[in-house]
Amino acid sequence: MNVPQDLKYTRTHEWVRIEGDIATIGITDHAQDELGDVVFVDLPEVGTSLSPGDSFGSVESVKAVSDLYSPLGGEITEVNSSLEESPEKINEDPYGEGWIIRLRYSGEAELLSPEDYQRLLEEEQ
Amino acid sequence: MPASLIRAKSRPGRRGYTLPAPDVPEVPPEKILPEGALRKERPDLPEVDEPTVVRHYTNLSRENWGIDTNFYPLGSCTMKHNPRANEAAAAIPGFARLHPLQPEEQVQGALELMHRLAAFLSEVSGFPAVSLAPLAGAQGELTSILMIRKYFEDAGDEGRTTVLIPATAHGTNPATAAMAGFKAVEIGLDERGCVDVGELEEKVDETTAALMITNPNTCGVYERNIEEIASILHRSGAFLYMDGANMNANLGRMRPSDAGADIMHFNLHKTFSTPHGGGGPGSGAIACSERLAPFRPDPVVEERDGTYRLVRPEKSIGRVGAFHGNFGQMVRAWSYIRMHGPDLKEVSDLAVLNANYVRARLKGTYDSPYEGPCKHEVVVQPPKGVKALDVAKGLIDRGFHPPTIYFPLVVKEALLIEPTETESKETLDDFVGAMLEIAQDERLEEAPTHAPVRRVDEARAARRLKARW
Repeated sequence: MNVPQDLKYTRTHEWVRIEGDIATIGITDHAQDELGDVVFVDLPEVGTSLSPGDSFGSVESVKAVSDLYSPLGGEITEVNSSLEESPEKINEDPYGEGWIIRLRYSGEAELLSPEDYQRLLEEEQ
Repeated sequence: MPASLIRAKSRPGRRGYTLPAPDVPEVPPEKILPEGALRKERPDLPEVDEPTVVRHYTNLSRENWGIDTNFYPLGSCTMKHNPRANEAAAAIPGFARLHPLQPEEQVQGALELMHRLAAFLSEVSGFPAVSLAPLAGAQGELTSILMIRKYFEDAGDEGRTTVLIPATAHGTNPATAAMAGFKAVEIGLDERGCVDVGELEEKVDETTAALMITNPNTCGVYERNIEEIASILHRSGAFLYMDGANMNANLGRMRPSDAGADIMHFNLHKTFSTPHGGGGPGSGAIACSERLAPFRPDPVVEERDGTYRLVRPEKSIGRVGAFHGNFGQMVRAWSYIRMHGPDLKEVSDLAVLNANYVRARLKGTYDSPYEGPCKHEVVVQPPKGVKALDVAKGLIDRGFHPPTIYFPLVVKEALLIEPTETESKETLDDFVGAMLEIAQDERLEEAPTHAPVRRVDEARAARRLKARW
């Protein structure tokens, strides 16, 4: 399973890319593989304020609907609205075109390193 | 081969039936109907002869896969045998031809049956009050939670804003809580697949209106702490609602009221063997404590001096359906209960025995996430590298309806198998044989190969839904 080294992760299988004070968030390769074909993404509104651990939307696949949890607190500055038409981007390119939201984050949060996340995946197997 | 649409068999001018010449004067439609009600073009209906229509639908019906043709181990939603005696009872003209607006004095027999059925459900659940009005299980849930909401409104307790939902809940439970205006809060599980009592204690507070629990839960596990759970809720002034979808495991063995629940719904269409699932309508009767009884929906049947009447409970939440509930299902449920009489508990005993037989025989090949005996359904996981979806497709090739897959959500690659009480050992052995064979099948990803429709593109089907043509 692809676990890029330049990202941070959560125990609920989201990834975070931090650039300055902007965090881009999506779901991991493992998460998309577990979900199967994604058919719908419920996106939040730009401007929504989140606390770490808040649910900000959901991903629906042919198997299940799963909540998305924000790894960080902050305000949503952008959502990937192309997912409304093409949710399959999450399956095809979870770390690239399949990103879900960007937020201007505030404060620190407990995130997993790629090594820790890899270990978590091995434990879950 | 998939059947073609009947439209493909249409030929211009072909008729199945010709109406005789009218024996009253013809009136042009535009003379008696407003313009908005008139079609601008003729309807594009298929033009076919009668034998073609009969063959088309008969051939389609032969593709049906149901409990009358095959074993149907559909966990979480009991697709059980429908005894034909139930159907005979429901077809008695005195029941089948009633009109819901007939005056009470003309329908005393029907009202008496409803009253007696309510008494049976009262006996089975341990609750003093029953309503037969809800038209399906999910509506029974909603009715129950609306009653709880109204109870708190009536008591002036405005702060009850949340409903707690265990991670093993049916998907309808959080939806019900949200529809009734509550915030759904999830409660996790302990290592045995039961509600985590510690987490429950942390999350119960003065904002809690109720906990919605299914017992046995959707993992097929009996909630062994049910009485403690009830007392935690009651201490904080909240209610315990029991989702009765799994009552098939409890009949005559466990009464929700004795376990501390305050209100529950039955699925008459499951537990009491009335047709469901692409067949008949549902029926989601509820049973409750004295405290909640005044809030039951309108109407309930009351008996006084041998006369039955439909009445509105004192603080009723109002109507939940147009009339008095799905009466035909009540007749079937009543018939089923009467046929079993005091031996009704054997229904549950056999359902539990069958599920455990399947569990024991699959052990070693399919993993069980929770150790120990299950109730009337068992959740298993396929061997490593095999997906639940592939097992389901492999079962179709081997002549079995697949069980529920990917539910409960807390178990990866879940297969939820519910054999029900009427299946013979031979049927269960055949099913288990197929499951064991599938575990070794290297070409499973190609299945089904013998079905009229092979693998469908589920993502496209969900996203490009074509509900009409």
